[in-house]
This record gives sequence, C-alpha cells and structure tokens, in this order.
Amino acid sequence: MRLVRGFGRFWYDFVVGDDWRIALGVVVVLAAGAVVVATGALADQVLAPLLGAAIVAVVSVSLVAGARR
Amino acid sequence: MPARATGRRVLHVTSVAVTADTAGLLLSVFLASAVEFVEALTIVLAMGVTRGWRSALAGVAAAVAALAAVTALAGYALASWLPESLMQLVVGTLLLIFGLQWLRKAILRAAGLKAHNDEDETYREEVAAGRGAASERRLGVDWFGFVVSFKGVFLEGLEIVFIVITFGLNADDVPTAAAGAALAGVLVLGAGAIAHRPLARVPQNTIKFAVGLLLSTFGTFWAVEGLGVFAAGGESLQWPGGDAALPVLLATWCAFAWVAVRVLRAGSVAGEDVHGGEATAAAR
Repeated sequence: MRLVRGFGRFWYDFVVGDDWRIALGVVVVLAAGAVVVATGALADQVLAPLLGAAIVAVVSVSLVAGARR
Repeated sequence: MPARATGRRVLHVTSVAVTADTAGLLLSVFLASAVEFVEALTIVLAMGVTRGWRSALAGVAAAVAALAAVTALAGYALASWLPESLMQLVVGTLLLIFGLQWLRKAILRAAGLKAHNDEDETYREEVAAGRGAASERRLGVDWFGFVVSFKGVFLEGLEIVFIVITFGLNADDVPTAAAGAALAGVLVLGAGAIAHRPLARVPQNTIKFAVGLLLSTFGTFWAVEGLGVFAAGGESLQWPGGDAALPVLLATWCAFAWVAVRVLRAGSVAGEDVHGGEATAAAR
C-alpha cells in the first residue's frame, strides 16, 4: 500500500507539480474544446486560437495565486 | 515550365520548414536535457566525493538501466497502442501541463517571487548530507551513496526521457529528439568530468525560462491539434497557417511572460513598500 501511495505521489508531483490549478485548468479547457469539436460548433481556425487564449488565462490565474502566497 | 517552377518552390519551402522544425526540436530537447543533466551531475558529484565513486557510479548505472527499460516500454506503448491524434492529445496535454509548470516557476523567479536555483548551494547541501549519513554496506557498495545517486539520476533522467518521448513522437522524429538529449549529456558530463565540480556557471534559470517557453509552445500546439480525435473524421485539428502557427504561439508566450514578469515585479515592489510603510508606522 505504501508503495502504491508512493508511486501515485511521485507521478502527481512529476506531472501536476507545484500548482494543481494549471493541470485542472488545462484539462477543463481541453474538455470544453473536445465538446466543441465533437459538436462541430466552431471551425478549427477559430477554435484553436480560442483554446490557446484560454490556456494563457489558466496560467494567469495560477501566477496570481502564486504571487499571493 | 511554370508548373515545374511552382513545384520547385513548394519543395524548397517544405525543406525549409522541415529544417526549422528539426532545429526547433533539437534545440528544445537539448536545452531541457542540459538542465536536467546539470542537476543530476551535482548530486552524483556530491555522492562521489563524500561516499566514494564506486557506489555513486553503481547508482548511476542502475538508474540508466531502469531508464532504458522505462523508455522502451513507454515509447512502444504510446507509439503502438494509440491512434495518431489520440497520442497527440495525451502526449501534448502532458507536455503542456509540464511546460506550463516550468514557465510559471520561471516567471515567478524572474519577478523575484521565488528563489533562484543555485547548484553550488545544492552541492553543499548534498555534501553535508553525504558526510552526515551513517555508513551501511549492502551488495558491496555504500548504500547511501548508491541510493541517492540512483534517485537523482533516475528522477532527472525521467524528465529527459519524458521530453524525448513527447517531443520525438509528436514531431515524428524520435532520433533527432534522442540526439538532442545525447548531445546535452555528452557536453554536460564532459564539462563536469573536466571541472570536477558542479556546473554553477551554466545559466540554469535563463535556460529553464527558455525551455518553459518552448515546452508551452509545442504543448499548446499539439494538445489542441490532438482534439481532432473527437471530430467526425478523427483527424488532427488544424491551427490557422498550419505549422506556421508555432512561431506565432512562441511569440505570444514570450510576450505574455514579459508582461507577467513586469506586472508581478511591480506588484511585489508595491507590496514591499506597503509592508515597509506599515512597519515604519508601527515602529513609530
């Protein structure tokens, strides 16, 4: 059990790192993007830059939180 | 004749694009790997000096063997089991989260809100730990030196493997990615062997900033492209301008980082002034 917990902890630290907001934000943005792609509501040329902008917003939130600590 | 001329132009443009992509891939993997090699070298040097080179190098050898197994398994699984766009999505998302963490830390460091990496200080700490630990021999080696070297090389090496696999598979050019990492390894380990001390003069924080920008750029590009797996045809999503969107994305991340550092630095200075003022008022 300790080994499994240690293994999980290692991968959490490795991928998620210092701020969980980035991992969660990226997953939320991409999940929203997946829904839009599946429904075909927006053209690729519009959706791709919008998702890029949303990712920038995620980092902004994380930086503000990091600066307040 | 015009058709042939057009064909030649297309061929020329394609070869330039391929060269730029390859150079970008090589540079990204080289820089990211160099930073990790420098960190691993510091740990191994400290263990070699305090606990003996035999146990330190045994730890390195064991870590390299474990990394080779992980690389072969992960690379085979990703390349064989996942369709291209799903692989782009999975690997691109991991790379994006990983890259954004690097970028976030680099911005906070540049704004003075996080301590800078100092290899000399890390080396001193590792040496102190090495001198203070009790002696215990297992399998003919000093166990502390072996385990610390193994963990250092394995963890830093895992980041290199991760970067080589994610970049290599997404760019469909694993050999170039591996060559970038190998080149970094040869240069850093060569310099470490000659200097016989931590490579504190390597501008690690600057390199980490550049790597964060590159990882974020490629991660954004590939993760969004990979969303095409949810489209009716299952083909990768197209950025406006195709691969030409990469330099635009890089410029966007650079501009964002530049603004973020300035805003956060101004905020921290203003905060210090406020706290300084409060302290002065309290002293009065």
